Amino acid sequence: MVEPFVAKSLTGWGRIAPRVCHVYRPEKPRLIENILRDLSQPHFIARGLGRSYGDTAVNEGGGVIDFARLNRMMRFDPATGVLECEAGVTLAEIIETFLPRGFFLPVTPGTKFVTVGGAIANDVHGKNHHRDGTFGQFVLDFGLYTPEGHLLLCSPEDNPDLFWATVGGIGLTGVILTARIRLQPVRSAYIVADYHKSRDLDDALATFEASDARYQYSVAWVDCLARGAMLGRCILMRGNHADPAQLPGSLAAKPFDVRPRRDKRVPVDCPAFLLNPLNVRVFNNLFYGMHRSVEGQIIDYDRYFYPLDQIHDWNRLYGRRGFVQYQATLPTESAKGLVALLERLSTERRGSFLGVLKRFGDAGPGLLSHPMKGYTLTLDIPNRTGLVPFLRELDRILLDHGGRLYLAKDAVAAPETVAVMYPDLDRFREIKGRVDPENRLSSSMARRLGIVGV
Amino acid sequence: MGRNPLDSANKTAVILGAASTVARSIAMEFARGGYALVLADCDHEETARIAADVALRFDVACHAVPFDATAYCTHRPFLEECRRILGVEPQGVVLCFGYMPEQREAQEDFAKAQRAIDTNLTGAISVLELFASAFEARRGGFIVGLSSVAGDRGRKANYIYGAAKAGLTCFLSGLRNRLHTAGVHVLTVKPGFMDTKMTYGMPLPGPLVASPGQAARAIVRALRKGKDEVYVRFFWRYIMLIIRNIPEWQFKKMNI
Repeated sequence: MVEPFVAKSLTGWGRIAPRVCHVYRPEKPRLIENILRDLSQPHFIARGLGRSYGDTAVNEGGGVIDFARLNRMMRFDPATGVLECEAGVTLAEIIETFLPRGFFLPVTPGTKFVTVGGAIANDVHGKNHHRDGTFGQFVLDFGLYTPEGHLLLCSPEDNPDLFWATVGGIGLTGVILTARIRLQPVRSAYIVADYHKSRDLDDALATFEASDARYQYSVAWVDCLARGAMLGRCILMRGNHADPAQLPGSLAAKPFDVRPRRDKRVPVDCPAFLLNPLNVRVFNNLFYGMHRSVEGQIIDYDRYFYPLDQIHDWNRLYGRRGFVQYQATLPTESAKGLVALLERLSTERRGSFLGVLKRFGDAGPGLLSHPMKGYTLTLDIPNRTGLVPFLRELDRILLDHGGRLYLAKDAVAAPETVAVMYPDLDRFREIKGRVDPENRLSSSMARRLGIVGV
Repeated sequence: MGRNPLDSANKTAVILGAASTVARSIAMEFARGGYALVLADCDHEETARIAADVALRFDVACHAVPFDATAYCTHRPFLEECRRILGVEPQGVVLCFGYMPEQREAQEDFAKAQRAIDTNLTGAISVLELFASAFEARRGGFIVGLSSVAGDRGRKANYIYGAAKAGLTCFLSGLRNRLHTAGVHVLTVKPGFMDTKMTYGMPLPGPLVASPGQAARAIVRALRKGKDEVYVRFFWRYIMLIIRNIPEWQFKKMNI
């Protein structure tokens, strides 16, 4: 039986380069088999909430399998914290269901509006990477529909090659149907956070090195427009899950109660001129000036991990032309590359709001997984004339320092750049070739980067 | 309008056709209110997944039981099974099952037309009569039936399905009349377009389409307020008011 689809123009979260895709929205898992066997589509990619910034979950002229309605949780074991669910379950749903019972995500990116499938396919990381690694490292196993219609159970023990190709494999090895993930027990919904204002980049890096071991979570907001002596000035925000005993009286009795936030929405695309370099500089100055170095702040998980989730459709702030998010990771020994990147950004004045700086721990076993030991810098760059050449310049700086881009964020990189950055790409292609010889799984990104042949 | 039919210490309900998109959302709304549920559908594998999900999310008892709307002789044992699983006579039943054939196919293939009547109307009468008698004897409970705006007036685009739903609407209205004195509440739901797997891929006018969550919330709200009939979304009441009042000599010439 042929499943219905809707032709729709899709983009990633950065809203650049809309492409018409044929969107399927199965509500029963077994329908995925029918969809994958529908030869009227040249290829397919699975899509969750569309929070990858570029074209990871966009498939021009092909099929897109929307997982919005495959979001059932099947089993949870409070003794081990292991949750079995379908890939369309969102991290927000997991928090809503299990935080009141004393469990939190083992790893969370800066938004809770992503699906479990997307978190695995992009092997997402969070503020605890230096200690705990990536999301994929908390996945016990998953059920993967291969393009030939087999449902394979993959884990680090069963089909390990396919498992570690799929973790971070941007959906190209199969369609993740279900997964078992291990949640972490927590004793409250709050974080005890210490803030530190760093004068400059050296101060920030030294603070990370000296103190990261004491914190489960650590990250810094960096003023990408600060220049000269203030280049790379940051506000480090480091924290640990709070014990009820650390909470003030009113909260201690109900450590999992969080005052709900009033969600806001960006109703229209902002005019592009609002984000001129002057406004951004003023904003960054205010933001930096507003913060103090303080210790022991009690802050709820929502405000600590997901400040932007409160503003729905915040991507519209960048106007109709959209933006890219550039995430660059440099190995520890060439952290100097950060200086080159920040200098380039501040002189070019391509006005990003605050950037994010984080110290990564060791790389995991995912073949195309992004994090590696070192520092990662993330910032938004509005889509203005000359964007691509500018990003190519940043890529060059990155390559010179042995760094790499994050595929979940990328929208414009060149194939040869990514091939150098991900030395396991050939191994990945070999495994993909084995399970998907016809390239039935493909995406606009996969073709742009030459990960699959066109 | 009347008192709140959900105002009872017995928080149990049976949802028929539970694998449908809107039924899942309705189950979640009840579970959010602390209801123990039986989810019944012929697609048992799917119902089991939905039941597990509802039970986990809301920390309630939620059981999947196989149910076939057109296997009429199984309906009595099915009610027994519901009682056994819930440990009490269920407080309410929500009928969500339905079958919408493609109109042209139903015109040409009688088996499809028959299946539409057998499922939407005969199946509903068969199973709801059993629940109705039980609730009447107990003198309390609620019955919710998902009919359709398609049953408000026969249109060439959908009149076989519409005929079955018109029959269901009429059946529910009679049931309401009969059970009123017994204190059993009957709510007729008339959804317009809903964003479900039944309608996915159809060219529907976006603003008129209700999400399953919207529909479920509207249904439970109407039930709580003791309404007899609810359109989902509300403006369908006015759309259908107009459509019902077009004179037949004019209506027969129209394409709507």
